[in-house]
Amino acid sequence: MTNNNFLARLLLGHCLWIVTPLAFATVTVVNYDFPVKDKFVATVIGTPADLQPDLPSVQQIKFQKKRLTVFPDRQVPDLLWYAEELYYSVALQDKPSPLIFLIAGTGASHNGSKNVHMARAFHKAGFHVVSISSPTYPNFVTAASSTAVVGHAQIDAEDLYRVMELIWSELDESIDATSFNLTGYSLGAFNSAYVAKLDEERQSFNFRKVLLINPPVSLYNSISLLDRMTQNIPGGEDNFAQFFDKLVKAFSGVYKKQDEIGEDFLYKAYRAMDLKNEQLAALVGVSFRMSSTSLVFTSDVMTDYGYVKPKGLELDRYADLSVYDQIFLRLGFTDYYHNFFYPFYKSMDPSISRDEFIAAVSLTAISDYLATAEKISVMHNEDDIILEPGEINFFNEVFGERATIYPYGGHCGNMSYTENVRHMVSTFTSVAP
Amino acid sequence: MQSMAARLAFLMLTCSLVVACSSTPDQLQREQREELEQQLQQQLQQLQDYPEPVFTASQVIPIDSIDVTSVYDPWEAMNKRIYNFNYHFDQWVFLPVVRGWRAVVPRPARIGVRNFFDTFRDVRTAANSALQASPKKFFQSLGRVLVNSTIGLFGTIDVATSMGMPRPDEDFGQTLGHWGVGQGPYLVLPLLGPSNLRDGFGELPDFALQNYIQGNLLAKPLRATVFLFDSIDTREKTNFRYYETGSAFEYRTVRWLYSTKRRLDVGK
Repeated sequence: MTNNNFLARLLLGHCLWIVTPLAFATVTVVNYDFPVKDKFVATVIGTPADLQPDLPSVQQIKFQKKRLTVFPDRQVPDLLWYAEELYYSVALQDKPSPLIFLIAGTGASHNGSKNVHMARAFHKAGFHVVSISSPTYPNFVTAASSTAVVGHAQIDAEDLYRVMELIWSELDESIDATSFNLTGYSLGAFNSAYVAKLDEERQSFNFRKVLLINPPVSLYNSISLLDRMTQNIPGGEDNFAQFFDKLVKAFSGVYKKQDEIGEDFLYKAYRAMDLKNEQLAALVGVSFRMSSTSLVFTSDVMTDYGYVKPKGLELDRYADLSVYDQIFLRLGFTDYYHNFFYPFYKSMDPSISRDEFIAAVSLTAISDYLATAEKISVMHNEDDIILEPGEINFFNEVFGERATIYPYGGHCGNMSYTENVRHMVSTFTSVAP
Repeated sequence: MQSMAARLAFLMLTCSLVVACSSTPDQLQREQREELEQQLQQQLQQLQDYPEPVFTASQVIPIDSIDVTSVYDPWEAMNKRIYNFNYHFDQWVFLPVVRGWRAVVPRPARIGVRNFFDTFRDVRTAANSALQASPKKFFQSLGRVLVNSTIGLFGTIDVATSMGMPRPDEDFGQTLGHWGVGQGPYLVLPLLGPSNLRDGFGELPDFALQNYIQGNLLAKPLRATVFLFDSIDTREKTNFRYYETGSAFEYRTVRWLYSTKRRLDVGK
């Protein structure tokens, strides 16, 4: 008996030992009915329209594009003449209300579909909404990045903070904000973490609540993963043309049968095209490459670094860019990282090594802050394709129960799902003002 | 009678021009490739006067690689200037007018106006379906015109769609494409935007048809107003904004997307 008792106690003790930390750890969502179980499909297709909540339209919330001069003395090369000013959007309330800043993900703009969807949800919930492009959006690089070489955690955060302060100084005259809040998805979530940290020193906003949606842990790991996805092109990158041609052909088959292109066209198209996982992964890789192409070329032109455009060559707004476009199709984001980004910043601070630099551009680098910052919460997916195996545990370890992990959704694929939108909004509405 | 003959002559001239300027797919591909190689050579020559960048074309582009998004565009320099002009016209004239339109005309009225013009487009589709010898689309669009112009109060209410009648969309450019006429060189039209030689000329007979019908239906002073409203409505429903992607490669992307869409539309 005693022996048994001892065993039982030992077992129980063990269980408790296992259970106790779990009880305080990440909220893992069970009974989650998000229908798209495949991580690549979720990432590419997103949430089917009938599973999204009813939200007011952009016209109804008066989602308005605005512009701002960030650096009055900046000379913008003629090729980028249209990007002298920074564009952003607002959707404001008539009465004093909490304000929320939204930061877009890699290569995305203030009026991209994800930010617009969030803006509609938060405006409906009674927030003033200010939507900002990602620092990796070409317009931001040209108009608002202090170095025009983006991807640097601290510098991007300072650039964003400057923009937020400028926007607020304009809005301050016409609206009343009862508190300041912040959210972003993907790289925008990563930026939000660093902006929140910067805000602790500068205290312009004293953010009341911050939500990180699907952030990367290490920026370098994530871009390497995305870069490598082009390797899923059957036959490798040299067969890109054939792969592309096949996709267009498959797409045209669906397009021909379609009477009208409705909201669910993409979803139907995907189902009819019967794409394999490798093809979807390749598609993610190609689309990532295309957005990084615009970004890196913008940096190259702005800094005259001589990455792909020869140093000293001035391109005007009518210049033929076909050579550059074709070169960029062959270059990954990691190429930019090693051959432009790192040497560029190394010349400013020669003491830093490549590995140190990579380690610095991560949430791990500020995990001490994140672990104690009660105002910051995380919403993530177990099957997010931009995380290395095991990286998801970082959120469990650092944020504990401030992190909610959904079992499906891929990378940001469930952001428009009714349950996730509710979660997103209640994160901000459930906090006492 | 005279005007009818003139219109016919004009139509024939248009057709012959488009046919003359278009080429067979093989020829086109060869022309395209030569064009592209020439461009590349020119650019590479120009680049030689400068220090070599980190990555050059000769380092990373395999010799036999194909530029998948290339489109035959011998008038690129001119097109880019028109593209630029269109942006400014948008900023100073078109978009402010659209904003005014939205502010002044209530939504139900705007929808009515849109349906009214869409009914004329259904007429255009019916005519072009006939020219393409496509009875299905012809009867679909004719059915829509009949239903909407009667029960739908002169086309202002889209009854046909609520009755589940599909809305095919055919224009003269597609008709030419249907009979094997290639797109020809890419063309950016002033105010109208991306097009190509074939579709650009295709606008003319379509416009003439619409003008003819409206001329018979509407009193003269109304016609100018109707044309104005049609333009405003078209701009309002077109989400495209010049330079909005922020990418320096936007012109190329738009060019490829437009050409591909038109290619698919012809096969549809």
